[in-house]
Amino acid sequence: MSVHLKQDQPDNRNVLDTMVQGVIGAALPRPEGLMKVTGTASYAAEYDAEGLLEGVLVTVPIVCGEITMIDEASVLGMPGVVAVLSDERMTGRPAQGMAGEAPFQPAREVRYWGQPVALVVATTFEQARDAAKHLKLQWRVEDAPLDPKTAETEENESTRVGDLAHAMADAAHTVDVVITTEGHASAAMEPHAALAQWDGKALTVHASLQMLKFNRAELADSLNLDESQVRLLSPYVGGGFGSKLGVSQEVVAASLAAIQLGRPVRVVMSRQQVFQTIMRRSETHQRIRLAADAEGKLTGFGHEAQVSNLPGEDFAEPVLQSSQFLYAGDNRLLKLDLARIHRMTAGSVRAPGEAVGVQTVEQAMDMLAEKIGIDPVELRLRNIPEKHPAKDKPFSSRKLAECLRKGAKAFGWEPRPRTPRHTREGEWWIGTGMASAARVHSVVEAKARVILRPDATAVVETDMTDIGTGSYAILGQVAGEMLGLRPDDIDVRLGDTDLPPGSGSGGSFGAASCGSAVFLACDGLRKELAKRLDIASEDLTLKDGVARWDGGEKALNEILGSEVIDCVGHFEPGASTEDVTVSSYGAFFAEVAVNRWTGETRVRRMTGAFGIGRVLNARTARSQCLGGMTWCIGNALTESLHFDPVDGHLANCDLAEYHVPVHRDVPDLEVLLIEERDAAASPIQAKGVGELGLCGGAGAIANAIYDACGARVLSYPMTPDKVMAAMPKV
Amino acid sequence: MRPFDYQRAERLEHAAQLTAEANTLALAGGTNLVDLMKLQVETPQTLVDIGRLPLGTIADEGEGLRIGALATNTATAVHPRVRSEYPVLARAILSGATQQLRNKATTGGNLCQRTRCYYFTNIDQPCNKREPGSGCGAIKGIARIHAVLGASDNCIATYPGDMAVALAALGATVEIASERRSRSVPVRDFHRLPGDTPEKDNVLEPGELITAVTLPAPVGGIQLYRKVRERSSYAFALCSVAAVIDLAEGRFTRADLAFGSLAHKPWHDPRITDLLVGSEPTLALFDKAADLLLEGARGYGENDFKIPLARRTLAAVLCEATGVEP
Repeated sequence: MSVHLKQDQPDNRNVLDTMVQGVIGAALPRPEGLMKVTGTASYAAEYDAEGLLEGVLVTVPIVCGEITMIDEASVLGMPGVVAVLSDERMTGRPAQGMAGEAPFQPAREVRYWGQPVALVVATTFEQARDAAKHLKLQWRVEDAPLDPKTAETEENESTRVGDLAHAMADAAHTVDVVITTEGHASAAMEPHAALAQWDGKALTVHASLQMLKFNRAELADSLNLDESQVRLLSPYVGGGFGSKLGVSQEVVAASLAAIQLGRPVRVVMSRQQVFQTIMRRSETHQRIRLAADAEGKLTGFGHEAQVSNLPGEDFAEPVLQSSQFLYAGDNRLLKLDLARIHRMTAGSVRAPGEAVGVQTVEQAMDMLAEKIGIDPVELRLRNIPEKHPAKDKPFSSRKLAECLRKGAKAFGWEPRPRTPRHTREGEWWIGTGMASAARVHSVVEAKARVILRPDATAVVETDMTDIGTGSYAILGQVAGEMLGLRPDDIDVRLGDTDLPPGSGSGGSFGAASCGSAVFLACDGLRKELAKRLDIASEDLTLKDGVARWDGGEKALNEILGSEVIDCVGHFEPGASTEDVTVSSYGAFFAEVAVNRWTGETRVRRMTGAFGIGRVLNARTARSQCLGGMTWCIGNALTESLHFDPVDGHLANCDLAEYHVPVHRDVPDLEVLLIEERDAAASPIQAKGVGELGLCGGAGAIANAIYDACGARVLSYPMTPDKVMAAMPKV
Repeated sequence: MRPFDYQRAERLEHAAQLTAEANTLALAGGTNLVDLMKLQVETPQTLVDIGRLPLGTIADEGEGLRIGALATNTATAVHPRVRSEYPVLARAILSGATQQLRNKATTGGNLCQRTRCYYFTNIDQPCNKREPGSGCGAIKGIARIHAVLGASDNCIATYPGDMAVALAALGATVEIASERRSRSVPVRDFHRLPGDTPEKDNVLEPGELITAVTLPAPVGGIQLYRKVRERSSYAFALCSVAAVIDLAEGRFTRADLAFGSLAHKPWHDPRITDLLVGSEPTLALFDKAADLLLEGARGYGENDFKIPLARRTLAAVLCEATGVEP
């Protein structure tokens, strides 16, 4: 049995709301949570295999050039060393998200500092690691541009409506500001790891990957195998943040070694290799221009950005994504330029685009509110457009105003024009700031199988991953709600390419896409049950394993006997998201303390209000928002990739020197989930949640810094040196 | 990590004898050394585990306190006398690393911890400290965390620790033993400036081991440790100040100051003490103290900010200690 839906129309039926099991949206714990926190959930590197060999990637300290010789003999005599691989099929960089084909090969063509070019395989990890350091290589070095400020650029995207320059000249109030952000790492707690086994015909790889359907295709293409010969297993993934969207170097290398040696091979990246070779978020250079009339209504909106990537990579950090529609302004200029430089691959790091594009606009809006002399919240409320300002498309659902109002109320926001340096506690200036949040919504094709058993239990199967997000929980809840089962009685099986291909985890689309596939599968099962009862499926109520309808009730085993039934749900996005602008919105409010002497900034509290469509699990949704807001703190205050200006290598390549917030940096964070049903977003009326929480919040912190101490810092992250330098002299 | 021999020393003499050999390093808590071995920054042929030597005791010594070389950072920081009589030391230790690391890190090991310079910890980069004569990558590179005082053209690394800064302010002494002799070195003289031999962090010779740190009789006063950093925990200082201050009749009677993360060693300048003691605390005086501190300071671009930051951090500490309103 199967049910296919290409969603061309908004679905206003809100079918899940008509169900009675009462589990959808509930703040249920993750079914696998206990396993994860007790160390019994196995991650890629934790599997074992008979005769397992260990591989370590060999990286090179040049930024651009070609490996001309690999002296295998230099290490083959070392203890335990089995082989040196430098196969033409090795990949030097990860695949971009949803590429579905091999990333750049061969690895011997070096395009960034620290690129893996070979693999040393030995009996133990320590032997392989030592030999990898000893392997003698020769290379030819080419000059390569390293600095995005001076590199050649190409225009990637632009939107021109009306005449922005004219609007700026005529405006009652204007802001014209340049704000920069530094590169961000996508390193997750679990380093990249793969354990590959080859049985002579087929490859099985335990890996840490986000999007198995695409990764299987990428790996097969890299190896010149047929997809049917490749099985990937990623039941648990210790964080991704975009770094595991595409198949990465260790997966291809481990697979090649396993095939060549006929023995299982494990490759785990060191923390330094993760930082040096995996996706970075591009640094950005952004110019924001705002033109407003006397009342603060925007007449012009300009956002120009420059980002960077390696030559040959199509991805350009989509900084302007939500600037297209967040605020009004008839005269618009949006332009994105891509500089070609030799740093590791830039790709989709959590909330690509908005994660650095919204906060700058929100700083500019704060500056505009100050010039006009109005409450910054009020300025946003006055500039919410009726429809997409450039495309004449209506919005499917837009909770921005509600998030701004409810967030302000919960936070205790004082609705007044802001004047900095109003409150001091000892050495600390105290201030508050706010920002809007916006993130484009997307859904992708997904399949899931649901198996219903007569004993009122069910199985959900899809190759969807759970990267810490809560996929296991929410897919069980969708099925439980639809089938009238307790989530505890539903076994959710994920992360295996032998299962129906889901969406994978990325772009905040996993929950809505795979949730819809499960929903469709359950819908098919409900219809089957109704057919057997000879009633319309709309008249069927399922709860706790019992079917009820007007005039009767039957337990599932009475309907099914001993039969097990199953249905594959197949969801495809269609025109429903083409005719309208579908996005998630929210608002951030932050209070900071800035040290008057040192410029050190500590976030004291933060509130986020988010409209994400239907909430599938209030606990995991809140957790996603907490994670996003924590990123906001790092983005605003500490996170920065430091590239050496001479040879282009990444200097701070571990979690001691790349500063993400620690617990002490993260105060009580308050999350408000604003109820919403977005009919165009998905058949379950859900939108993305994961990334919205970091789209703009760094701007709220920046604005709070200004409100606190009068330092208008125009460069992220706002480290003590920058805040100190921008603080007005007393 | 290179393969290495592991030996466990059962007695101090044995440890000293073993560590006198070439390419031999002593292992205590391992929180720094093991990381550096994984990166092949340190490649000892032999590791001598001194963890079982009876050097973990913290005990009264005269009016002062003797902290054994293997006393953990945690044990020192929570010791009742440290907390009540040498609070600057407790504060400094607790501002460093994380609880887990402090539980393993030892007094002697902490004094010997190596720089966090990015070029030192990356064996594919030039570094005179790691490989004398190979050059310094930091001078023209990412020098954000580097020295502004006492650096040389060969090395601009900093000593990154916190504990030693407090010990320098307190005027503590390092006890050192080798097979043949014992000696004492003031903490203020234990670490070196890089000069032409940046590979030598401190005055320890091969075969010498730290056995203890002794604190002089407690002096009371106001004891502060101020650490400026990007995040509020698990980050090395951009600049730190340890201060032991006393005032009587509106004048400084004691002003023992030491500064961290500005140089290759905890920085102590007796001229600052001389300037302050006997004077009335004022913002102008604090500025003069900063002038002395920063005389000859030099930034390398990325770390230029440390110069004004040190000035402001010093003023912050002195204001806090004296109640002078900025």
